[in-house]
Amino acid sequence: MKFTVIMTIIAGLILAGMFYATEPIAKKNAAVFKKRAILSSISSMLDKPLKQMSDDEVIALFTEKMEQKVLNMKGEAVEGSAENLSMAAEAKLKEADRKLPIFIYNSKDGTVNIVGVYGNGLWDKIWGYVALKSDNKTIAGTSFDHRGETPGLGAEIKDDPTFAYRFIGKTILDDAGKYTSVSVMKKVTDGDHQVDGIGGATLTGDGVTEMMVRGIEYYLPYFQKNKN
Amino acid sequence: MADKEKTPLFGPKEKRLLWDPINDNNPITVQVLGVCSALAVTSLVYKSVVMAIAVIFVLAFANLITSLIRNYIPSQVRMIAQLVIIATLVTIVELTLKATNYAIYKELSVFIGLIITNCIVMGRLEAYALANKPWQSFLDGIGNGLGYGVILIIVGVIREIFGKGTLFAGSPIQMNIIGKSNDLVQYWINTSGDSMMSWYSNNGLLALPVSSLFLIGILIWWQRGKNKKLIDIS
Repeated sequence: MKFTVIMTIIAGLILAGMFYATEPIAKKNAAVFKKRAILSSISSMLDKPLKQMSDDEVIALFTEKMEQKVLNMKGEAVEGSAENLSMAAEAKLKEADRKLPIFIYNSKDGTVNIVGVYGNGLWDKIWGYVALKSDNKTIAGTSFDHRGETPGLGAEIKDDPTFAYRFIGKTILDDAGKYTSVSVMKKVTDGDHQVDGIGGATLTGDGVTEMMVRGIEYYLPYFQKNKN
Repeated sequence: MADKEKTPLFGPKEKRLLWDPINDNNPITVQVLGVCSALAVTSLVYKSVVMAIAVIFVLAFANLITSLIRNYIPSQVRMIAQLVIIATLVTIVELTLKATNYAIYKELSVFIGLIITNCIVMGRLEAYALANKPWQSFLDGIGNGLGYGVILIIVGVIREIFGKGTLFAGSPIQMNIIGKSNDLVQYWINTSGDSMMSWYSNNGLLALPVSSLFLIGILIWWQRGKNKKLIDIS
């Protein structure tokens, strides 16, 4: 009895001390991790490759050049921090009550809107960021992540850097201005709205298609109001 | 005191403690323990290396601490005491990883936490640390951790090169060995288009956890064929 009590107290004290010592660093790391994921969608526009940027540079870039807004489903800006908004938690709410994060990057060639998308892959949730050029129509880049897609197949949406690059230059509006999102296809027939999928990952690809169609559509009211 | 001076700190017995688990008594290929995490984390070498270091740390210090307090642990709560030690060490590893290398912490996710249930750790505490001196127990922990790590890294290298075409992906020294070069990624052996190696493509099976089961099986087969001590005489 004495032994167990002493042992539990010692182990508890060590862990509590350890936790308090590392928590601020871990929190900062988690924030930088998310910032890197967002920046990854505009990696082709950054002055320096993202991998070579230090954590402090990432934070500096975010405070200097990135404007954040939280939108409601009507496209109006509301209170809140886009970075701390959990897309997973929002996806559980009713569609009309959800809030959307948007990041506005002020680059040399005009502003870029980075929107968050969230959906279902084959096994679990997938999410990503889509950067749209200042015409609110042309995709400037994407980045994806997933919770449990198959390694080597579905997981390639994150691991294969060329997959995210396939979206660059595609458009989300057709010539008449009607919303037509970008689909992941086995065979590309329409170069403006379709990208080549990953072999063996058809269902994850369908998930990405679905996520893009639904996710970007939520932002259309905002884009309507902020036409350049 | 005179007694202690006679036993060398690093004699033949200690050497055997380190070397035995790497070959003749390997925890994975001979005892077939700890296979679960070996299947899951070996898709990339970098992940395997971090996992191996984590297991070596946990195993060595769990052995050391258990051995230090072995005479005070009441035998009824033996297992629980061991679990508390292991869980504490694993949480320390997890917190450290979270603070130092967040990306790899995300990649390994639950498997760091699952070191607690790794049979090698509990097995060594029960079989060795409870009955031996701290220094020997510590070495036994390092030896078994190394034995586990060596297999992890062998499987990881094979899986990563033939499954993904890279080596040490995700780490600062990523090497792109074989694959289709393009504007973004350059590989040493280019398999795109009209090059000589255009018939080659990555083996998707090796990216899946099942492949490590095959690889570990082949390793066990090869080791038993070579090592006479392991041939079953019964």
